[in-house]
Amino acid sequence: MARKTDAAPLLDVENLTVRFAVKRGSGWGHKSYLYAVDDISFAVKRGETLAIVGESGSGKTTAALAIARLVNVYKGKVNLDGTDILHLEGENLRQARTKVQFIFQDPYSSLNPRLRAEAIVREPLDSLSNKSDKECKEIVNRLFKAVGLRPEQLRLFPHQFSGGQRQRIGIARALATQPELIICDEPVSALDVAVQAQILNLLRKLQTEFGLTYLFISHDLGVVQHMCDSIAVMYMGKIVEHANRLSLFNNPLHPYTAALLSAVPSVDKKRRESAKRILIPGDPPDPVNLPSGCRFANRCPVAQAQCSELEPDLKMVADGHRIACHLVDEDAKSPL
Amino acid sequence: MATPLLKVENLRVELTTRDGVVPVIDDLSFELGAGESISFVGESGCGKSMTALGIMGLLPEGIGRIASGTITFDGEELTTASEKRLRDIRGNEISMIFQEPMTSLNPVYTVGEQIAEVLRAHQGLGHKAAWERAGELLDAVRIPNAKGRVGDYPFQMSGGQRQRVMIAMALACEPKILIADEPTTALDVTVQAQIFDLLRDLRTQTGTSIILITHDMGAVAEMAERMIVMYAGRMAEIGPVDQIIEHAHHPYTKGLISCVPHIVSTLTDERQDLTEVPGIVPSLKDFGKNQCLFASRCKYLTQQCTKGRPPSIKFENGQLADCWQAEGV
Amino acid sequence: MNDAPIIAEEEIQKARHPFAEAWEMFRRNHAAVAALIVLILIVLGAIFGPILYATDPFEMVWSPFSPPGEEGFLLGTDYLGRDLASMILNGARVSIIIGLAAAFVSVFIGVSVGALAGYYSGIIEEILMRVTEFFQVLPTLLFSMVIVALFGASLPMITFAIGVVSWTAVARITRSEFLRIRELEYVTASRASGAKDMKLIFRIILPNALPPIIVQSALMVGSAILFEAGLSFLGLTDPNVVSWGQIIGSNRQYILDASYTVTIPGLAIFITVLAISLVGDGLNDALNPKLRQR
Repeated sequence: MARKTDAAPLLDVENLTVRFAVKRGSGWGHKSYLYAVDDISFAVKRGETLAIVGESGSGKTTAALAIARLVNVYKGKVNLDGTDILHLEGENLRQARTKVQFIFQDPYSSLNPRLRAEAIVREPLDSLSNKSDKECKEIVNRLFKAVGLRPEQLRLFPHQFSGGQRQRIGIARALATQPELIICDEPVSALDVAVQAQILNLLRKLQTEFGLTYLFISHDLGVVQHMCDSIAVMYMGKIVEHANRLSLFNNPLHPYTAALLSAVPSVDKKRRESAKRILIPGDPPDPVNLPSGCRFANRCPVAQAQCSELEPDLKMVADGHRIACHLVDEDAKSPL
Repeated sequence: MATPLLKVENLRVELTTRDGVVPVIDDLSFELGAGESISFVGESGCGKSMTALGIMGLLPEGIGRIASGTITFDGEELTTASEKRLRDIRGNEISMIFQEPMTSLNPVYTVGEQIAEVLRAHQGLGHKAAWERAGELLDAVRIPNAKGRVGDYPFQMSGGQRQRVMIAMALACEPKILIADEPTTALDVTVQAQIFDLLRDLRTQTGTSIILITHDMGAVAEMAERMIVMYAGRMAEIGPVDQIIEHAHHPYTKGLISCVPHIVSTLTDERQDLTEVPGIVPSLKDFGKNQCLFASRCKYLTQQCTKGRPPSIKFENGQLADCWQAEGV
Repeated sequence: MNDAPIIAEEEIQKARHPFAEAWEMFRRNHAAVAALIVLILIVLGAIFGPILYATDPFEMVWSPFSPPGEEGFLLGTDYLGRDLASMILNGARVSIIIGLAAAFVSVFIGVSVGALAGYYSGIIEEILMRVTEFFQVLPTLLFSMVIVALFGASLPMITFAIGVVSWTAVARITRSEFLRIRELEYVTASRASGAKDMKLIFRIILPNALPPIIVQSALMVGSAILFEAGLSFLGLTDPNVVSWGQIIGSNRQYILDASYTVTIPGLAIFITVLAISLVGDGLNDALNPKLRQR
């Protein structure tokens, strides 16, 4: 195992907030904001994988883009190896970009159809490094092999590859600058199930081989359970629960996490018969006019009066288990 | 099963492509009883949706056709039925819901009008009666404040609600069979769970048979009694869901079940690599060859596999697997 | 670790250049292929015709209004006794050059404005789109007449006048393509790889936006030829060169007596513009990836 475990986390996100202006309402100069990511904090240790899970509209992808500096951040800090990368410009930003790379969801739209596979993998090297042409070619050849593609495919165009192969190209591109952190935004959700397994195994293999740290964005709890060391659950722009793999899956504390888990259909007959499905009726609230109090209160099966009055803080209840719910105390017992 | 509601025998559907005529459904036979729920599973491009379109008589015109075989619905032969009769059956006795709840509703009509339209066309209801029934149907698919929302346009609803409207439309004429083609793929898991609950309850209330097309073994396990695993246009395996999940006899079925990281009742620290099914589904031009089409991806490969199409091996417990090695798997 | 390629079973396609594929699609459109052949013949005629058929188009060579085919003049003579065949061949040069050059001017302006407006949102987009709208509502023929009348009827000025009034369509197409493509993940991927704005605009987005722009430019050549003919017909033309429009314009009084003096250059314009449109249509098929999937 090539993993290093340093005491200090590789990625430390503090109070990250991203908002978008929305045109709504009446009158000039009146702007409403949609807080896609609202004051979230978390850290990822070197060599580990943190998953951010949530449903559509939870803000997980926006958070990922913000950390990679692909959308503008309103407030907060993103410390990579101790440096806040949100305020870097010019050469320093280029240096930071070599350390953070991105794997995209859709292998069909994430590769430039006009470029050959080798040029796609090379692109970060050309933009970010000063390596010679020969060095770049060597790196590309090596990466092609590492992700399970063949040298004779180097000169093909993206549409000549299958979905899984395209995702391998995307992974090779992310590896080109020898990054430390790779943000995987739903890297397998657009692929067929059998191909998903191929890509997930590859990602795990590369992690041990190159000592990578992953920030893994997904809505698929099965995949997350297999890939990640710890999991942060997001709902409406907030982290509602953050814990390591075992405590989150075996002892989900937040009613939303529990509902999410119970909603996943399972082939495990035991689980199907034993687990009680927790229904969460209704729809999430309007993200522009958020209610006061807990954002989940209107769908929560155990909500109480205080829940719709006061917004719960994300507090630590057990060893590394953080949760934002009024009904969970130090004893870390599920309110359900 | 006395007389099955739907009986498909030796169905062969051909598609005309650039590489010639290929059998996208190759010798498919199955039965569906009244009130039964059956599921088609497989990767994309294996002929799951084509089967549904074939039953509905909705194969792409000029490109796809039923080459041989029979589809018997309630004693009536569908492959030779007139277009008029098929139109009558579609939406009335067999209806279908699709994957994309965003695009399958017409954006310029209210949801009430769209449901009422179906009722007027098939059941001859008057304007007022149809409108009222539309409200009841929206209520039946658990849209909150249904009476107040019949006048809503599709864009005013969330993805899950739109899929409910589609289900309401499909159920408007109390069909005998409901075909659901990946009905929840575009939806969040919590919404998916609600839609599944809804479909299950509607089935017990109305006795409608359900054909669920999906790639998700978990969904199959929750929704269906029997499953048919499709690969490259052919049936790989058929049998009761719990049995197949317990012990699949076709290597492809085995691969499909074990390549997905499932959520289990108690998670442990142990994490093994996922079992891979290498490669991808063969391209259309290889469909119909006289060999096992899964051979190139199979770890049980023997010489026999590439020499001839595997026979159906029947097991005592009712499972049927098309594989030369089925007994050993 | 297992080093062998895991996807060994997957079919590996041969590397093919997109141009080869585009040609494959273009070839299936028979009308476009025929039009392309006609167009090539016209261009060859424009290049080599005046060399091989060395009659001066301005010289009076025979009595006026000699009908086509008589006295050895294939297309006859016009009202001044000039050889129409020579005029058509020489005119082809001017018409085609003006067509190409004017299309180039309008594509250059249109792509620049459209690309910047599509890439940068906010104030830059607002300003550029208002300017585009301003040019769009100008009466084009009148405006170009004003330019030519003010600055003189030389070939470059006519070209400029045509180009400057017809770029708005290109700008709109370019902008809408940019708006679509800039949201695609591969553009985000390039940004994550540290690409700068100019690289994103010209190396990443523009090549992918090209297909509809190419089609539009091809059509633009045809309309520029028509435009020039219109201006020449009104007499706004360089008197030292022949163009098809000018032949029609100068012979228009005799349309009833010697209709061929107007019909023949008219046919030349018609055939050329039609050929260009058909080729443009073929390009549209060839460059449209959605059609290619079938």
